[in-house]
Amino acid sequence: MKAAEKFGFRVLETRVIDLENFDGRLLRYVHRHEKSFITCLSCGGCTATCSAGNLIEFNVRRIGLLLRRGETEGLEREIDKCMLCGKCQLVCPRGINLRNVIMLIKKGIVKFKNGTPEKVEL
Amino acid sequence: MTEAHQSGITGIYPKEIAADNYYYVRSCIRQNFFPGSETAFLKIMRNVLGKNIYDDAVHTTCTGIGYHSDIVPFETIQTVVARQFALMTEKGFENLAVSCVTSFGIYCEIVETWKNFPEELDKARVNLKKATGREFEIPRNIAHASDIIYKFRREIAKEAKYSLVNCLTGEPLNLVEHIGCHYAKMFPEMGVGGAEFTSVLSSMIEIWGGAVVDYPERRHCCGFGFRQYLIQANRGYSISNSRKKFESMEPYHPDAVICNCPGCTMFMDRWQYVIAEMENKTYGQGGRGIPVLTYEELAGLVLGYDPWDLGLQMHQVNSEPFLDKLGIRYIPSQKYSGKDGKIMAGPVIPACIK
Amino acid sequence: MKSVVIIGGGVAGIETASALSDFGHNVVLVEKTDSIGGKVLKWDHLFPDLKSASELENYLDIKCREGNFAIQKNTTIAQASQSNGKWMLRTDNNRVIETDAIVVATGYEVFDASRKEEYGYNIYDNVITSVDLEERLKSGKTITTRAGYLPEKIGIIHCVGSRDEKSGNHYCSKVCCITGVKQSIELHKLLPEAEIYCFYMDLRMYGQYYEELYREAQEMHKIQFIRGRLSEVSENIDKRLLIKAEDTLSGRPLKMSVDLLVLLVGMEPGKGTKSMAGICGLETGKDGFLKTSDMHFGNNKTGKKGIFLAGSCIGPMSINDTISNARSAALEVHNYLQTK
Repeated sequence: MKAAEKFGFRVLETRVIDLENFDGRLLRYVHRHEKSFITCLSCGGCTATCSAGNLIEFNVRRIGLLLRRGETEGLEREIDKCMLCGKCQLVCPRGINLRNVIMLIKKGIVKFKNGTPEKVEL
Repeated sequence: MTEAHQSGITGIYPKEIAADNYYYVRSCIRQNFFPGSETAFLKIMRNVLGKNIYDDAVHTTCTGIGYHSDIVPFETIQTVVARQFALMTEKGFENLAVSCVTSFGIYCEIVETWKNFPEELDKARVNLKKATGREFEIPRNIAHASDIIYKFRREIAKEAKYSLVNCLTGEPLNLVEHIGCHYAKMFPEMGVGGAEFTSVLSSMIEIWGGAVVDYPERRHCCGFGFRQYLIQANRGYSISNSRKKFESMEPYHPDAVICNCPGCTMFMDRWQYVIAEMENKTYGQGGRGIPVLTYEELAGLVLGYDPWDLGLQMHQVNSEPFLDKLGIRYIPSQKYSGKDGKIMAGPVIPACIK
Repeated sequence: MKSVVIIGGGVAGIETASALSDFGHNVVLVEKTDSIGGKVLKWDHLFPDLKSASELENYLDIKCREGNFAIQKNTTIAQASQSNGKWMLRTDNNRVIETDAIVVATGYEVFDASRKEEYGYNIYDNVITSVDLEERLKSGKTITTRAGYLPEKIGIIHCVGSRDEKSGNHYCSKVCCITGVKQSIELHKLLPEAEIYCFYMDLRMYGQYYEELYREAQEMHKIQFIRGRLSEVSENIDKRLLIKAEDTLSGRPLKMSVDLLVLLVGMEPGKGTKSMAGICGLETGKDGFLKTSDMHFGNNKTGKKGIFLAGSCIGPMSINDTISNARSAALEVHNYLQTK
């Protein structure tokens, strides 16, 4: 530990959502293939009825939100909690196909990890 | 909910159910878990209702379990379903009677896919022709077997030997009905009464003399779910959802649970043992569980069939308290006798659930 | 003297008829039922000033009594045709009315809440709509559950049949948010012990003094506002209602039991509105309401010469907006008749 740290100094990372500098590839990819997801009202009907979210810490509404905000870190782990039962779509006032959103995130993460250039139509 | 309300809802979903000449497609798992159910169904159809129903030895699984577990691709399952339809067509039938709710969902989903994406239908025809040389027609009518029993519930009531009434008190028995998710939650118009207030089982229960329990989690999934159960890490979801239902129905003191889906019947029955072991909690009276029956078993009991011929001895939760309430006479010592009359070894009785 | 036929005897129809007869035109007001006043006759109090609806009734009543226009009740229009710059209207009792101009004021229909099956209206005893509540408030009877108990917990559900593709209505009905706020205050005044919860997606306090009423609900009446859309309703053994939503601001699913559930039902184009669209060949917008020729500069005009629109056949509208809209319709018609 450095002397300054011992003294109590800490250099803190900012915790703001940085809308200027985020990797929007995943967002654009999902949006291209599932237009409906951008119409989310954040009403929470999906989370209220979610099979998984009623039992474990999982909020299916926030999946789309995190994606829209570029907060894609940890998204991969998060979407694994979805059981793809489809009740969210049954209740959604905008008819968003959330299952497809989740499948697209899964696909997208793999493709972008493998370095697929953004320009390529997936 | 009053009867008028229920019939109002049912009226919104006028499902067409064929009246005769069915091609029967069986379930993969029911013959192991509730071995008397499908036999009882065929017996009722032929002997009680006088219907023509074809039980085909050469049809296969619909591969729904594999499909829902991401093992069987969509193209494959379409071809398998096309083959079932081909067998039906070859035998001269147009009406499909489906034993399993998962299969029912699969048939509905694929026929709907073909309606919206005719190119998929063309592919399925080509694939089936290449693989087997067969050709097929899409069924004119697809009904779940519970739809058919629903359609003829009054005829069954006329032949009833027992009514769903407590023989000691004269009160209707309290029955929980549980509908498999794939029966109507995917295509509400394909289920009697739609997805929210499905009446396919409740109508049978009421006309045979019982009372339907309208408990808060009535519409909730049993928790089985292929992804929930088949993936070990998810099994907690499965049991937790079942428990949610049991906790919700417990205050109503149900005498039995009636299901129309193989998975639900299986898990509503078996999880009660697991919950008893893990949480030391039973939901029936006197440390017993709540008996869980298929609708064919229920129809069979109403018609006076022998409980052991119906396969009730294969259930985890003992059904004797339910039989006693109905006033059904049975021979306890025959519970584990085989078809040849020899007594088979009985199961080990767990300490946690009577 | 030029003639005008006004179709629909609700707030918009009466106000338009009154204003046009003041301009000196020969006005006939046609109403399909046997009473004049429309749906407002069922209302108890109006937002945002909690004015008694009977004041509005009196206002309309005086207009009808003192106005110089004819009223034909129990009459619907069956056919319309145009010749020589005149419109010929055939009624269901086979009378023909010749007129220079028509004002369609056929209004809206309340959303049928039983279409949202998962909310249990017409199924569970203690699920009612905002319209049912308004009638109960007007009757002056104590608000109780079906079994006769005073409710301790009440849920008020916003956006029932509005902003919902499952109901087929993508639009916002505008007046439900403020109606919910108004009714929650009224309920709290009648049942000071009761806990009242509003479940909303967005609170749209768009009109003058709406925001103030919302604040009053929070400050004076302890109404709880939970941001989340109801997913489903079921009934407990004690007939209380189990409701489920997400508390979106804490990000967790939420459930609670209430004794009474009020569904704030939205507005849909009225049967008369749909029928007039067919009879006169009027264009409808994507929300199904009648389309005006320009929403800024011609909000009472249609594509058909001599046919004008007033009130909530154009779209969801509050009562004060309806009155203003009806007056502007009267001016449009008057200007049109001057040039004829």
